[in-house]
Amino acid sequence: MGSRAQLSIGSRIDNVELAHLVVEETLAGLQMALSSAYEIAMAAREAVANAIHHGNGEDPEKRVVVDVGVEGDEVTVKVADEGAGFDLQSVRDPLSGENLMRSGGRGLLLMHRFMDEIDYTFGADGGTIVTLRKRLQEAGERVSEEEERE
Amino acid sequence: MKITARHQAGITVLEPKGKITIGMGDVALRDSVREALEAGSRDILIDLHEVSTIDSSGIGELVSAYTTVTNRGGKLKLLRLPPKVEDILQITQLLTVFEVFDDESEAVESFA
Repeated sequence: MGSRAQLSIGSRIDNVELAHLVVEETLAGLQMALSSAYEIAMAAREAVANAIHHGNGEDPEKRVVVDVGVEGDEVTVKVADEGAGFDLQSVRDPLSGENLMRSGGRGLLLMHRFMDEIDYTFGADGGTIVTLRKRLQEAGERVSEEEERE
Repeated sequence: MKITARHQAGITVLEPKGKITIGMGDVALRDSVREALEAGSRDILIDLHEVSTIDSSGIGELVSAYTTVTNRGGKLKLLRLPPKVEDILQITQLLTVFEVFDDESEAVESFA
């Protein structure tokens, strides 16, 4: 199977929902477990929210580009912003005792739990590309919504 | 996102319906908790059974609500977690923080 979609959005928080829907729709017609599609869309949602809020500072003039593609048994989602990047080492561990009750800081944790691989590319002149990959272990299998809820 | 509020045995029961996500239900949840506290409620039970999606911002609002209510001497507990919500609370290790119930009567009695 193969499918691809690209979306360029202004950095407004309400566009997170639009990006989520586009990723969901792109995956909807493909042969994969609904649980995989849910996890990919949720991870993409978190990456887009980070790009809009932390990357582009919610500046509506700055763009976030979302590219979702399926090749063989792997789904790749790329989220690019125009921000200054960030230091991965400075990201707080949301599971440590002192951070557990903080209101924020769980987006990267969810992205890593839902996807198999995440790469960060920081441009020399600014801009960050987050690439999320997930291998579909149940390619060809479609789980019904009823089965999924059980 | 729609949140209804009702009262049972002195407990405010909030029932959000739909998504608790960034830019959608997260602010609505925050406002509902604030309104309940301003109206004099001390203890709050959030029934999540009609929540379809929660993201990291929604989880953050639950944590903020828990802290706010606790700091005022009250208790905030959760009722009827959908599997996806429970999964995210498990991943974020917040199931160790929140008291969670499947039965409303049992939940309400626990506040006594």
